[in-house]
Amino acid sequence: MDTMSKPAGFVRKIGHKALPVLVILLFILVLWYVAAVAMNAPGAIERVLPTDTPWTWQQLLAATMDMQRPVLPTPHQVARDFWSSLVDWPIDSPRNLLFHVAVTAESTLWGFLLGTLLGLVLAVLIVHSRTLDRALLPWIVASQTVPVLAIAPIVLVILGSLGFSGVAPKAVIAMYLCFFPVTVAMVQGLRSPQKIETEMMHTYAASKWQALWLLRLPASLPFLFPALRVGIAAGLVGAMVAELPTGAVAGLGARLLTGSYYGNTVQIWSALVMSALLGLALTLAVAGVEKLVLSRRGGQA
Amino acid sequence: MTASLIKALVFALCSLAAACLLFIHPAAQGVLPEGSSPGAVFWCASVVIAALAVQSVRQMAALDGKRWLGMATAALFGLWIIYFWQLLVVACEVPRVLLPPPGLILRSISEHSDMLWGDFVQTVLKAVLIGWALGSGLGFAVAVAIDRQPFLQRGLLPIASLTSTVPLVAVAPIAVMWFGFEWPSKAAVVVLMTFFPMMVSTLAGLKASGKLERELMYGYAASYTRTLLALRLPSAMPFIFGALKVNATLALIGAIVAEFFGSPTAGLGFRISTEASRMNMPLVWSAIVVAAVTGSLAYALLVQLERRVAFWHPSVRGI
Repeated sequence: MDTMSKPAGFVRKIGHKALPVLVILLFILVLWYVAAVAMNAPGAIERVLPTDTPWTWQQLLAATMDMQRPVLPTPHQVARDFWSSLVDWPIDSPRNLLFHVAVTAESTLWGFLLGTLLGLVLAVLIVHSRTLDRALLPWIVASQTVPVLAIAPIVLVILGSLGFSGVAPKAVIAMYLCFFPVTVAMVQGLRSPQKIETEMMHTYAASKWQALWLLRLPASLPFLFPALRVGIAAGLVGAMVAELPTGAVAGLGARLLTGSYYGNTVQIWSALVMSALLGLALTLAVAGVEKLVLSRRGGQA
Repeated sequence: MTASLIKALVFALCSLAAACLLFIHPAAQGVLPEGSSPGAVFWCASVVIAALAVQSVRQMAALDGKRWLGMATAALFGLWIIYFWQLLVVACEVPRVLLPPPGLILRSISEHSDMLWGDFVQTVLKAVLIGWALGSGLGFAVAVAIDRQPFLQRGLLPIASLTSTVPLVAVAPIAVMWFGFEWPSKAAVVVLMTFFPMMVSTLAGLKASGKLERELMYGYAASYTRTLLALRLPSAMPFIFGALKVNATLALIGAIVAEFFGSPTAGLGFRISTEASRMNMPLVWSAIVVAAVTGSLAYALLVQLERRVAFWHPSVRGI
C-alpha cells in the first residue's frame, strides 16, 4: 500500500506543478504559430505565392510556415536552424552557436568571478570601516537606481585605447555589473549576525579576522547567493551588450547584431533562444552551488 | 555632540575652501606652458589636500545621529571625488578620450543642452515612460485577472520568474524589425522587461494581507471585489511599489540598450553609442549624467509616492 501511494503522490505532484506550466507553454506555442501565420501572410502573398494565378488558403498557410525571411519565424524553423547550427558545423566555426556561447560565457564568467571577489572585499572593508560605510555605501546603493549599463561603451573605448581587446573589456563590463548587487547584499549579510553572537565572539577573545571567518561570512551566505544569481544574469547582459559595437565578430551579442543587419530573422531568434538557455544554465549553476554549500552547512536555503 | 558636529562641518568647509585655492595654480587650470611639469609645490599641496579630505570625511563619518548626516557624509565624499577627478585629470593631462574632467562634462552639458533635451524627450518621455507604464500596468492587470485562477498562477509564475535570468534586452533587434527605428520599438522592449517583475510582485502582494484581516472582511460578508479594493490591494502596495522602482531602472536600461541596436538620430542610447565611436567622450559622459540623474529622480519620486500611498506600512513609519 505504501509503495503504491508514493508514485501516485509523485504523479499528483507532477500534475500539480508541471501540468499548468505545460499548458501555458502549449498555449504560447499555438499563439506563436497563429501570430506567425498572421504576420507572415502579407509577405507571403507578395513574394512567395504566384501573382498571376489564384492560390488557395492551404498554399498560403504552407507558405507562411516556411518563409525565407519571415517577419516572425515559426517555432519549427527556429528549432531547425538552432539544431543545424549545433550539428552541421564544427565547434570552432563561427556558424556554430556553441562557439558564440563559449565566447560570451567566458567573458561573463571572468567578469562574474572578478566582480564577486571585488564585491566581497569591498563589503568586508565597508563592514569594518565606519568611514567607508558612511561615505561610500550610499553611493553604491544609489547606483542601483542608475542605468550603469550605459557606461559600457565608455569602458570599451577606454580599454580599447589602452590596448586591451578581446575578453578583457567584456569581462570588465560584466564585472562592474556583478559587483554592485554582491556588495550591497554582502554588507547586509555580514551585518546579519545578532548582537549576542558578536558579543560571544568578543568574549572568546576572537580577533576581527576570526569573527569574520567563523561568524560573519557563514552568516552572510544566505544573502550572498541571491545576489550572485542577480549578478550573473546582469553580467550576461553586460557581456552581450559589450559585443554590440563594431568590430566584435564573436559572441551572442554580435550574432544578434549581424542577424539584424542582414535581416536574417531566423538567426536572431535562434541566438535569442541560445542566450536565454545560457542565462538559465548560468543561473542554475549558481543555484546548484548554493544548494550544495547550504546543505553542507546544514542550513536551509 | 553638537560641538563635534560644528567642528566637523567647519573643518570640512575649510578644507574645501583650501582645496579650491589650489585651482589658482596654472597646472590645475591646464594652462601650463608647453613641456613644463606641475612642479613640487603643486604635488605637495595636492598631498596635503588629500590628507585634509580623508580627515574631513572621517570626522563627518564618526558623527552619530540624524539621517541627513549620513547623506552629508556621502555628499562630501562625492565632492572630494569630483574635486580630485578634476584636479588630477587636468594636471596629469590625461587624454580626453580616457577620462574628461568634470568641468568639461558640465560645459558639454550646457553647450549641448538642446540636443540632450531632445534625447531625453526621445528616450525617457516617449520610450521609457510609455513602456514602463504599459508594462507595469499590464503586469498588474494580468496579476489581478489571474488572482482567482490558481491553475494559471501555477503555470505563469514559474515562467515569469525564469525570465529574470534571461537577457530580455536581446529582443531589441526583433523589436526594431517589427516596430521600426522610432520609439515604439524601444517601448516594446521596455514593456517586455517590466511586465514580469510587476506580475510576480503583484501576485505576491495580493497574498500578503493577514489572515485576521481577511477573516474580518469575511465576517463583514464583504464581496470578493470589496475585499480586493479595501484590503488586499492596499496591502499589496509595498510590493507593487517595489516592482515599480525596480522597473524604473530596468526600463531605462532597456530603452538605452535597445537604442544601441538601431534608432532614429536622437535618444540617450543613440547619443552614447555614436559619440563613443566618434571619441567625443565629454558628450558621452553628458548623456550618461542625464540618464543617471533621470534614474535617481524617478526612484526618489516613487519613494515619495510610496510614502503617500502606503503610509501605514511599518517600513514607511520607521518602526
